[in-house]
Amino acid sequence: MGMTMTQKILAAHAGLKEVQAGDLIEAKLDIVLGNDVTTPVAIGVFEKAGFTEVFDREKIVITLDHYTPCKDIKSAELCMTAREFAHKQGITHLYDVGTVGIEHALLPEQGIVGPGDCIIGADSHTCTYGALGAFSTGVGSTDMAAGMASGLNWFKVPAAIKVELKGELRPFVSGKDVILHLIGEIGVDGALYRSLEFTGEGVASLSMDDRFTISNMAIEAGGKNGIFPVDDKTREYIRDRFGREPVEYTADEDAVYERTVTIDLSQLEPTVSMPHLPSNTKLAKEVAGLRIDQVVIGSCTNGRMSDLRAAAAILKGKKVADNVRCIVIPATQQIYLDCLKEGIIETFIEAGCAVSAPTCGPCLGGHMGVMAAGERAVTTTNRNFVGRMGHTESEVILASPATAAASAVAGCVAVPGDEQEAQR
Amino acid sequence: MSKDIRGKVWKYGDHIDTDVIIPARYLNAPEPAELAKHCMEDIDTSFAGAVQQGDIMVGGWNFGCGSSREHAPVAIQASGVSCVIAASFARIFYRNSINIGFPILECPEASESIKAGDTVSVDTKTGVITDETTGETFKAVPFPAFIEKIIESGGLLPYLKEKQD
Repeated sequence: MGMTMTQKILAAHAGLKEVQAGDLIEAKLDIVLGNDVTTPVAIGVFEKAGFTEVFDREKIVITLDHYTPCKDIKSAELCMTAREFAHKQGITHLYDVGTVGIEHALLPEQGIVGPGDCIIGADSHTCTYGALGAFSTGVGSTDMAAGMASGLNWFKVPAAIKVELKGELRPFVSGKDVILHLIGEIGVDGALYRSLEFTGEGVASLSMDDRFTISNMAIEAGGKNGIFPVDDKTREYIRDRFGREPVEYTADEDAVYERTVTIDLSQLEPTVSMPHLPSNTKLAKEVAGLRIDQVVIGSCTNGRMSDLRAAAAILKGKKVADNVRCIVIPATQQIYLDCLKEGIIETFIEAGCAVSAPTCGPCLGGHMGVMAAGERAVTTTNRNFVGRMGHTESEVILASPATAAASAVAGCVAVPGDEQEAQR
Repeated sequence: MSKDIRGKVWKYGDHIDTDVIIPARYLNAPEPAELAKHCMEDIDTSFAGAVQQGDIMVGGWNFGCGSSREHAPVAIQASGVSCVIAASFARIFYRNSINIGFPILECPEASESIKAGDTVSVDTKTGVITDETTGETFKAVPFPAFIEKIIESGGLLPYLKEKQD
C-alpha cells in the first residue's frame, strides 16, 4: 500500500520499510527543541528520572524566546535553569537574548532543520518545519526529556488529509489567508491526529514564508503536522544554510488519504478569525469597521521578512490611527537587521508603531502588549482563545500582516488594498 | 493504572483549550501546586477552590487543544482530579497525559450523558465508566498495551529508564 510523505519520513526514521496509519512506532529524532517555558519542565523530568547526559549535544536546540528579555523574576529563573543546563551539557544550539529569535522562524533561518528530518519540539507550532518537507510536530516537556535522553520517541503513524492547492494568490492575499480559510472549512479539530499534506500546482506559487505560515497553523486544525513537497523554492531556501544532507521524500501515487480538500488560491480574499476560535473565520470585508485598540504584527506565524515587507508597504507614509497601539516584532535578529537595512523599521517608527526585539511576548499574553478588559486586537498571531492576549474579556482577531497593517491605519478592521476602507 | 477511581464530576464543553486550563500568565511558575491554584480560572472561578481529591473532569470534543504546555494536564492532576473523560482529546494533551502517567479516557457517549455533579466511577483497566447517579455505564476505548505500560511505569521517563537499566 502506498505511503504519504509523512509516513515515508516516519518509516525511514523507524528503520522500517513500510508503515500504515495507526501503527505505533519508535523513531529516531534529528532535532529536539524546547523553549524557556517548556525546557525547564523537561529538565526537571529528565533529572528526576535519573538521566545525566543528553544523547547528542548538537541535536538539541534551546531557544529562550517566550518571556525574554525576561519580564519578571520568575521567568528569569526559568531562563537561568535552561541556560545552566545547556552549559553543563555543552549544548551547541542555545539561543539567548541577543541571538535568539522566535524559534520557528529561527531554526529554518539558521539551517538547523531541513528536508526529510524528523523533529520534535516542546512547542505546539513546531509543525512549522513541514514547510521544508520535514516531519515536525509539537510535543510536551516529557517528550522533550525523552528525546534529550534517548534521541528517540514514540509516534502513532497519522492518517492524512490531502490539501490540493490550485491557482495563484491575488495581491494583498497571503499564506495566512490560506490557512485561516482552511481552518474555517475543516474546523479546529478537522485534522485531529492527522497530517495535512499540501500538494497541487498551486504550491509552486507560494513563497517559503507563505508555506511556513501555512504549516505553522496546522496545529490550529488539530493536525499532527502540515507538510509541503520539496521543490526549487525549498532547495533555493536551504542552499547555504542547511549543513546536513537533505533527503527529499514524495508521497506515493497510491498513498491513502482520508479526504481531499481543494482550495483555489485565486478565489481567496483577506480572511480573519473572530474570537474565540481560529475556525471562526469571516472575510475581512464582512467585519470591516469593527473598532480595535491594538495591532500586533509578528510571531512564529507572521514575523518573517515578507510579512514585515507587506505590512510596511501599507504603513509607508501613513499614520497608525489615534485609537490604536501598533506593535511590530521582527521574528529574528537577522530579520530585524534586514528590516533596518531596507528602511522598513524607519517606516514603522514614522507611522507610529512600537518595534521590539524578537519575542513571543504578546501572542500568549506574556508581555509586550497584554490587553485590558474590553479591548480588541487585530493580530498576525495564531490563537484567539479566551484570555490569550490578556484579560478574559479582551478579544483577538487573527489576520494577515497586510490586513493587520491596514487595520492599524484605519483604527478598525479593514481590508488591505481597499483605500476606502483604509481611510474610514 | 488499575487503581479505583471514583468522584464527583466537573463538566465542561467542547474545545477546552490549554490557555483556559492554565493561562500563560502563570507558566512562569511551573510547580504543580502553583499551577493547580489557577487551573480553569478563566472559565470557572469556582473550580480551584472547590475541587476535591479524586474528582473527575468531563469535557466534550477536542479537549486540551492549543499549546503544547504540559503544565495543562499537570495543573489538572495537581488540583486533585483523578482522571479526565472527554469525547476526544487534542493530540498533544493526549500524549502529555500519558507521558506523565495521568489517566484519560476517550468516550463520546459518556461525555454526552454525564452531568456536572454526578458521581462517577472508572475502571481504567477495562475502560468501563459508571455514572452512579443515573446508573448508566459506558465503555471507553482501552489503551494499546505499549501505552498501558508507560502509564503503569508512572510516565514515559520512568518507562525509558526501566528499559535502559
